[in-house]
Amino acid sequence: MTFDIGDGVDSAVNYILDNFSPLLDLIAAVIGAVTNGIQTVLLATPMTLGIAIFVLLSLWRVGFGFALFTAASLWLVDHMGLWSAMMETLSLVLASTLVAMLIGLPLGIAMARSDRVAAIVRPILDLMQTMPAFVYLIPAAMFFGLGAVPGTIATVIFSMPPVVRLTNLGIRQVHVEFIEAGNAFGCTASQLLFKVQLPNALPSIMTGINQTIMLSLSMVVIASMIGAGGIGNTVLTGIQRLDVGTGFEGGIAVVILAVILDRITQSLGKERAGFCRLLFRRQAQQPTASAVTA
Amino acid sequence: MATTESDPTVKISIKDVFKIFGEQPERALELLKAGRTKPEIHAATGCTIAVNDASFDISAGEIFVIMGLSGSGKSTMLRLINRLIEPTSGAIEIAGRDVAQMSRSELVALRRNDVSMVFQSFALLPNRSVIDNAAFGLEIAGMEEAERKRRARTVLQAVGLEGYDDSRPDQLSGGMKQRVGLARALAGEPTVLLMDEAFSALDPLIRTEMQDELVRLQSEHSRTIVFVSHDIDEAMRIGDRICIMQNGEVVQVGTPDEIVLKPANDYVRSFFRNVDVSQVFRAGDIARKTQVTIIDRQGVSAAAALERMEHYDRDIAIILGRDKTYHGMVSRNSLIETTRDGASDPYRRAFLKDIEPIPAAESLSNVLGKVAASAFPVPVIDEANRYLGSISKSTLLETLDRTA
Repeated sequence: MTFDIGDGVDSAVNYILDNFSPLLDLIAAVIGAVTNGIQTVLLATPMTLGIAIFVLLSLWRVGFGFALFTAASLWLVDHMGLWSAMMETLSLVLASTLVAMLIGLPLGIAMARSDRVAAIVRPILDLMQTMPAFVYLIPAAMFFGLGAVPGTIATVIFSMPPVVRLTNLGIRQVHVEFIEAGNAFGCTASQLLFKVQLPNALPSIMTGINQTIMLSLSMVVIASMIGAGGIGNTVLTGIQRLDVGTGFEGGIAVVILAVILDRITQSLGKERAGFCRLLFRRQAQQPTASAVTA
Repeated sequence: MATTESDPTVKISIKDVFKIFGEQPERALELLKAGRTKPEIHAATGCTIAVNDASFDISAGEIFVIMGLSGSGKSTMLRLINRLIEPTSGAIEIAGRDVAQMSRSELVALRRNDVSMVFQSFALLPNRSVIDNAAFGLEIAGMEEAERKRRARTVLQAVGLEGYDDSRPDQLSGGMKQRVGLARALAGEPTVLLMDEAFSALDPLIRTEMQDELVRLQSEHSRTIVFVSHDIDEAMRIGDRICIMQNGEVVQVGTPDEIVLKPANDYVRSFFRNVDVSQVFRAGDIARKTQVTIIDRQGVSAAAALERMEHYDRDIAIILGRDKTYHGMVSRNSLIETTRDGASDPYRRAFLKDIEPIPAAESLSNVLGKVAASAFPVPVIDEANRYLGSISKSTLLETLDRTA
């Protein structure tokens, strides 16, 4: 006995296409505006200025050694002729991460506040994460055509689960005494969320955002199959022509972008590190020293 | 201790309060009221009874210690007062208003203005500086920044923590952290302060220091303090009254003296195993009126006194005035000698010279030497010179043995 689930999905997709096209157009317009806006800004930024910004960010947030790595690796990307492709990819990553956060953070908060919401959302997240990424490229392309918009949407779906899960987990793991303290001093529900829960869940939430960025970077390469563009195109070309060199160049550029984004976003959840910390540490630690001896 | 609702000295009144944790609290409550035991109720409903029919009053301005072992329901009891935990049934009245019946917004107002709390593990928010932690309650209540920082600085000063405004909690020692916790609780000028094992996480020396600090703060500005502790020394040290809880039930409420002298059961008694009683007891606490007392009246002969001493088989007697004031102590021999010559006022001349009465407030550690050195039981008097009883060597040994 066989079930024809595929037919059902087909007709569901067709039903949505026939009846919800204004909604789909609206979503496409909003996401398109975000993606194109970011892309326009990034592509308009001169390469030297772009590299300078990355290097300064690395210096400020991570450290001197990493800033050197950033400078050298971005110089390499530029000399492979992949700078603008990388900026396209970066704009897709930023746009999809932004959308994933806009949806994921409130969803994670809702999960943390209600066991019922958590019970409903969790299997959906499992589905989003485990469904092979290629599978939702097809409906994304059907609903939104080819280009950056369906690429962003497919990326959002694939990369959103970590930020939802870790926001939920982060809030639920806030120590019960902090919650009691908040309540004991007369917090309303929203005060408790913004003054106690979210600040204390921040490291976990930042880890979620970091993971979302990493996943979206891996997905935008796949999304190039529906015309999302960027470094993914280079990799795809390498595969199609069995050109190991081109594929490897694209791969290296993805890895470089991944390492830089990973290190910088990881540092956001922590205290200021690196070069600036050396400057600030002396003043900051003085009261600590006297606190210990007092 | 019987109080009515109109009694102005009662700040917090706990009336028939039950707290049952689990899925079916109503059913468990019915079973409990029907006289079923806790294991039976747990088997039938899966519920545990945290607080079982608690009723007591806390007076305005006193330090009221709730004591018990872990699992006795003392922390739950404390959290019922500001309704961090919802009671299953019963009333918790603060200044005549039932907390259990309050709406959400009334509860928020109560917590902001009247009742604040200090936690065992400090519960300082790690992302905030010391001053922002101290000002937390004020910030929540919507006070503008300059004013709340000014007030926070004042309370930090009051708890002896100056110059750490911008430090992070993790840069402070335990004692300093709890000073911040105390400052945070005091900043809103609450009338009730709930302290949940507030000093238990501190080193013994720091703990004593913080207890003294609390008593000092209390002497400057009297609040109603409900202090949960598992440490009997702490309870004795700071408590005006102590409430002892066992398995969710209140087994005894009384002053430290009452608890020590008349423990309600073995559970209460067991707390004093390791207590240095010579520090806890005063002379007045253990003095016993087992000696023969004779009231010194004109026209009553010493012969009658001697006869009574013989009748009770006592070597000594205490001579009192009509107003029960202590005059002196006589022995059978000294009295026989002074009556033999027939002169007047036989008692006064028969007083034993080396017997010095002990004031009731004298601590037992000071009494030990005097009783040990004396051949007779030593009389104890109050501040009005009234005779309270005597302490014999055997009484003393019994008292010390109580804790063994």
